[in-house]
Amino acid sequence: MCDDPVCNDCKQWATYYYDRDVLTRNYSVFVYNDVIQDIVTKWKYRGDYVLGNIFKQYIYQTYKQHKSSLPDQIITVPIPLSGQRLLERGFNQAKMLANFLPLKQEELLHRLHGEKQSKKTRKERLSSKNPFYLLKKVNKPVLLVDDIYTTGTTLRHAASLLKQNGCPDVYALTLVRG
Amino acid sequence: MASETTNQLANQFAGKLLLRSEIPLSEDVFQHCVSSGNFTAVSSISKNLLYCQCNRCGNREPGLFAKIPCQICHREHHYCRKCIEMGRVMECEPLYYWNGDQPAWATPADPCSWDGELTDKQQLAADRITQAIVSQEKELLIWAVCGAGKTEMLFPGITKALQSGKRVCLATPRADVVRELLPRFRQVFAGVSIQGLYGGSDEKEKVAQLILSTTHQLLRFRQAFDVLIIDEIDAFPYHKDPSLSFAANRSRKQISTMIYLTATPRKEQRRRMLQKQLNHMFVPTRFHGYPLPVPSLKMCRTLKKDLARPAPPKLLTEWLKQRVNPERQLLLFVPTIELAEKLEMVLARKFIQLGWLPSKQAITFVHASDPDREEKVQQFRRKETFMLLTTTILERGVTFPSVDVVVLDAGHDVFDEAALVQIAGRAGRSPDDPTGEVLFIHDGKTDAMVEAVSSVKAMNKRGGFR
Ligand SMILES: [Zn+2]
Ligand SMILES: [Zn+2]
Repeated sequence: MCDDPVCNDCKQWATYYYDRDVLTRNYSVFVYNDVIQDIVTKWKYRGDYVLGNIFKQYIYQTYKQHKSSLPDQIITVPIPLSGQRLLERGFNQAKMLANFLPLKQEELLHRLHGEKQSKKTRKERLSSKNPFYLLKKVNKPVLLVDDIYTTGTTLRHAASLLKQNGCPDVYALTLVRG
Repeated sequence: MASETTNQLANQFAGKLLLRSEIPLSEDVFQHCVSSGNFTAVSSISKNLLYCQCNRCGNREPGLFAKIPCQICHREHHYCRKCIEMGRVMECEPLYYWNGDQPAWATPADPCSWDGELTDKQQLAADRITQAIVSQEKELLIWAVCGAGKTEMLFPGITKALQSGKRVCLATPRADVVRELLPRFRQVFAGVSIQGLYGGSDEKEKVAQLILSTTHQLLRFRQAFDVLIIDEIDAFPYHKDPSLSFAANRSRKQISTMIYLTATPRKEQRRRMLQKQLNHMFVPTRFHGYPLPVPSLKMCRTLKKDLARPAPPKLLTEWLKQRVNPERQLLLFVPTIELAEKLEMVLARKFIQLGWLPSKQAITFVHASDPDREEKVQQFRRKETFMLLTTTILERGVTFPSVDVVVLDAGHDVFDEAALVQIAGRAGRSPDDPTGEVLFIHDGKTDAMVEAVSSVKAMNKRGGFR
């Protein structure tokens, strides 16, 4: 994580949302590097499911470090894959990460199928339509869980949808800050 | 389906063993092929009480299977980790092979346009290969010393095979070699459909009668080839990875010929040759008729200390001063990437100081995952660089016109007998400069070194040299 408690990206987002970023805070376990990229590629794209277990202790530790700054009763919501992507991959890497947390988990979101995020430019991602819809309303604070934070767009799409529908506060935990 | 499309499909899929995701057909067409029996499904992971087996790569290692809570079929089951780089094989997804009509390959009258000449020794081997193919012998090993000109010896046999409508695959351990051979084969067999298969190849969907492939790519084939030639049978990874011989055996037709090529057969192959379980032929001389250079072993007591600093051992600089032919480029092998990285600058500085290198640009360093590897090797071949520092990746399969070869820390584990013989074989490959010096610098003789030297001498002796 960055030394400055608020990174440039979040400051930009704050301006974008008129000083009220829909995401209260994002915690990332790792900053992007070659080793992490290698493991994530094998795990997520080659589909070597068990490799994800490597991250268990790191995810848990990051959570423990920041537990005191998270509201009580917070639940985790893994960022879903589209149905088609899930069929291709066989598992949702975000859900696997969420499983490592000692928190109640609910799959509140559904994702429509679209172009792969990794194939889009930053600008395209920032201006893309919200790919999620809500399966159920929630009145508890939420910790979104995802594998990679690149522009933060995906998380904020999810967060704004949750907040519009009664969720008081949205945090995020991501494995890698890209 | 119209019969011409069935023919096309037969062409495209016959002899392959594929996951659904590797079959680029619409669901409709695919389902039709399955229900008409043209595609047959086989379970991709078979299980019994004792073990799982991956039916694509043959893996049975319990540690190379893992379980996944599968979101496709909603249960937890196994997948194979061993061959995962080629696309994950899951218990719930079968493998498919083509069970319909077999394609009829072309029978070109005169497919080979090579107009070079074989030496007498090469001709003998070429005849033996042709004979094995024509009479459908099961196995033949060609033991040809480094620089014997193996590729040319194959041309007559491949020609014969193509003329009778056979499908041929030449498999080699390294993608570099496939890339190097492809243009040559395309030129020599200009009218024949040729496909190159390796990790990054863009020809995977092409269909061809003659295939040049890495041994790994054989995992996608089943009963495909009438003639399967396996180059460098002793090389890593083939000799260490049972998947590859599993795949090679599966990829050949029931009646077919397997031809192994090697300059340095392993013990197992030598035993089989000795006990007459494996037909073989020995090609003792290099194509230019000169013997293999015999490595000289040089003991250097300060080696460990020198390499730790690191600094070039004095012995190396002394030897450089009195080389027989100072015009030759230098190929310097080191055991690890780490050491090569450290040495590059140090050597550059020292050699510039001593006046052997004009500039830092005259020395480069390559290793397995170097993105510029091909370009650097090409530069050295074009003599744009003078000295190439390398790990064992260049131990075989490459030809430079005029080099002296040094192995620094030849006693290191990565240099086994075969590696050392192959490395020595990089010297003196050109008719214009058919000799070359080979120096093994060590701080204690190993069996590998001694055996490498005696094996080079033995081969020279069999070639009629003393
Ligand atoms: Zn499944
Ligand atoms: Zn496998």
